[in-house]
Amino acid sequence: MNFIRKNLDRIKKPFEKGGKLEKFYPAFNAFETFLFVPNHTTKSGSHIRDAVDLKRTMVTVIIALIPALLYGIYNTGYQYFIQIGLDFTFLDAFLHGLYKILPMIVVSYVVGLSVEFGFAVYRGHSVNEGYLVTGLLIPMIMPVDMPLWMLAISVIFAVLIGKEAFGGTGMNILNPALTARAFAFFAYPTYMSGDKVWVSEASNIDAVSGETILGSLAAGQNIDYSSMQMFWGSIPGSVAETSTLFVLIGAAILLYTGVASWRIMLSSIIGASLVGYLFNLWGANELMSFDWYNHLIIGGFAFGIVFMATDPVSAAQTQRGKWIYGFLIGGLCILIRVFNPAYPEGVMLAILLMNVFAPTIDHYVIQSNINKRKKRWEKLKVKTI
Amino acid sequence: MSKDISIKSGANLALTGVASKEIEIAKHSSTFAIYPDDLFSLIPRMMVKEGDKIKVGTPIFHDKNDEKIIVVSPVSGIVKSIERGEKRKILKVVIDKDGNEKIGYEINEKLTKEKIISLLLESGLWSYIRQRPYNIIARTDKMPKAIFVSTHSTAPYDVDYDFIIKERLDDFQNGVNVMSKIISKPITLTTTANKESIFLNLNNLEIINIKGKHPSGNVSFQINRINPINRGEYVWVINPEDMANIGSFFRTGNFNPTRTIAVSGSSVKNPKYYKTLIGSKISSIIPDSAINNFKGNRYINGDPLTGCKVNSDGYIGYYNNILSVIEEGDKYRMFGWLPFKDNHVPSFSRTSFSWLLSKNKKFNTNLNGEERALVVTGEMEKFFPMDIYPMQLLKACMMQDIEKMELLGIYEVIPEDFGLIDYSNTSKIEAQEIIKDGIQLMLKEVG
Repeated sequence: MNFIRKNLDRIKKPFEKGGKLEKFYPAFNAFETFLFVPNHTTKSGSHIRDAVDLKRTMVTVIIALIPALLYGIYNTGYQYFIQIGLDFTFLDAFLHGLYKILPMIVVSYVVGLSVEFGFAVYRGHSVNEGYLVTGLLIPMIMPVDMPLWMLAISVIFAVLIGKEAFGGTGMNILNPALTARAFAFFAYPTYMSGDKVWVSEASNIDAVSGETILGSLAAGQNIDYSSMQMFWGSIPGSVAETSTLFVLIGAAILLYTGVASWRIMLSSIIGASLVGYLFNLWGANELMSFDWYNHLIIGGFAFGIVFMATDPVSAAQTQRGKWIYGFLIGGLCILIRVFNPAYPEGVMLAILLMNVFAPTIDHYVIQSNINKRKKRWEKLKVKTI
Repeated sequence: MSKDISIKSGANLALTGVASKEIEIAKHSSTFAIYPDDLFSLIPRMMVKEGDKIKVGTPIFHDKNDEKIIVVSPVSGIVKSIERGEKRKILKVVIDKDGNEKIGYEINEKLTKEKIISLLLESGLWSYIRQRPYNIIARTDKMPKAIFVSTHSTAPYDVDYDFIIKERLDDFQNGVNVMSKIISKPITLTTTANKESIFLNLNNLEIINIKGKHPSGNVSFQINRINPINRGEYVWVINPEDMANIGSFFRTGNFNPTRTIAVSGSSVKNPKYYKTLIGSKISSIIPDSAINNFKGNRYINGDPLTGCKVNSDGYIGYYNNILSVIEEGDKYRMFGWLPFKDNHVPSFSRTSFSWLLSKNKKFNTNLNGEERALVVTGEMEKFFPMDIYPMQLLKACMMQDIEKMELLGIYEVIPEDFGLIDYSNTSKIEAQEIIKDGIQLMLKEVG
């Protein structure tokens, strides 16, 4: 450790103030702080600080994503082999998945982080850790056969327009990962829906029936997956969204560490269950009569509410606002699924829509707090500014 | 008659190095100093020159904005130096102690409200009365709706007021009697619930028992629950020891600058209480030999959450009862940001197993990360048991949006209330500084 530290201190010189490479200090700083928690001491305010920082928080989210990612890698291979009808082992499936997905992750990180570092150097601020999570989320919610260049463009769009245009991490209105997916969804619709995109190399194989459950339902077809399969996730879908079980493991990590809001998760489930149940009672078509509890375990619902809706920057910020925000995401998700067959996956649009409305929800929650104070003042006939 | 209230949410920081309940008379200090910066928002105008001979109670400086507010010398002697910084700002006034001459006042048996106020102002004791909103020295043209004294202490290393006032209970009672004449009603005194308190049997007090973790010991949270401040209302807050000093003045006619200091911290070899005077030299209380590993420490006038950094050759502050000495944290930690690594670094967060380790923890001054944009939400509310949205208020202060600041409750908070938020927030935001700037803006624009 001392050896690395010494060399780092030596390399650091030209990046420091007055040095030749001063402009690139943010980039150097990102690497240095990756290796070491800096020796900065408190200057003002509290003299002691908690061990938690944004790096730790973001890395916790990444850890929570890993079970779903690993299962996604396996499922990619599994779907491929059962469709072409070959015998295969667990390892075969996993390696095939890795062969498909690793390049997506690499492209997402390299492209996204390049843009982030570029902005950090240009603006002279430190590189924020937010992209570590976004960069992993993006390949996890894309169809497996998406061409890498499309992925790269979606990433650039998400980081530039979704985030940096608003002022960087902490200022964005929309969840960057979902922005990338929405961009791809509307820019390259043929690669984002249908029955040829969800199974690896499906377009090269004839007679593949790789439609997602929601897609089948929207087309009015019956589905022959059991609830257990939906829960386990051995079904076609975006890379890592299919397994509710492994998403729940991630959720457990996020909830235990307190990194994600349980209020949002719980209220989303309540919202979706309620709306799903009401539609069950109505039952006019396949989607309406699809059992409400199955709605919770198919498509991107679980993944969306655990990892996307809980993004603190784009979610509602007040505790009461979070309840409303989550409830509406759950409800809208089912509503979109049922009423809009063109977009069978409702959770993406539901979250993006509520991202836009989150500041409005917060505004009313805070206004009620202000009104309470004003009322107290009115009783005393106090004038405000 | 006493009332119980419970202030939920918040958390106690358990630090090693809490002062043990023994009191020692500190060695006499030969030099004393007053830091005008301890008196928030006061701009000093000197009333003495270097070399002037002064007594206990001689005015040293007054507030530029209100000449009636004066600060007096805690000792008799000679003004040694007036140290100035940038733009000739006065940093400290140093006094060489010599003799024991005092300015005496005649105290009449029949004290009227006006007489009390004029004596408090003349004697300089007025500067120990702090006003909410803003935590400034009480304005002389505004009378309070209530006076608060809190003996419920929850901050790390905070003193046990029962222990330090125990022998001065008569003076304390006298102070309470005098101050309650100003508002013509009892003083509000808060104590820790379920604890034997020496204050329960005193007169002229409205006693409220508080149950809760830190920051329920901060007066802001207590006022908010008991008698919230509205625009145009004022509340005075007096530290229990200053209340006893006021009582002592109205008994003897002399300014009594007694200060009991809990010398605390993981670096102190034998943390305990010392009885000394306001402005004493720190090294007269604890010599360097009483500190472990003398070089790498930080001295703080006050507790580690809200106190003010001071050099080891500096002086005790104007108001604080605590002197903390903790280790500096200027060390690197390899991959220290990994969750569940370095569990010896204390953390409230469940991304660390620190809660499994021993209850009392050793803290240092490392920032444990770098400042970032505000990302995580909902974490500040956990340490802010008040009907105010802390993050939104901080943002309003950053935006310098006075109207929003007022509506979101700036009148009810002071910087120290954000100490735990400073400590715990993921983005390492300097919340206390932001609120301090916000309050300064309010003072300038609204007054």
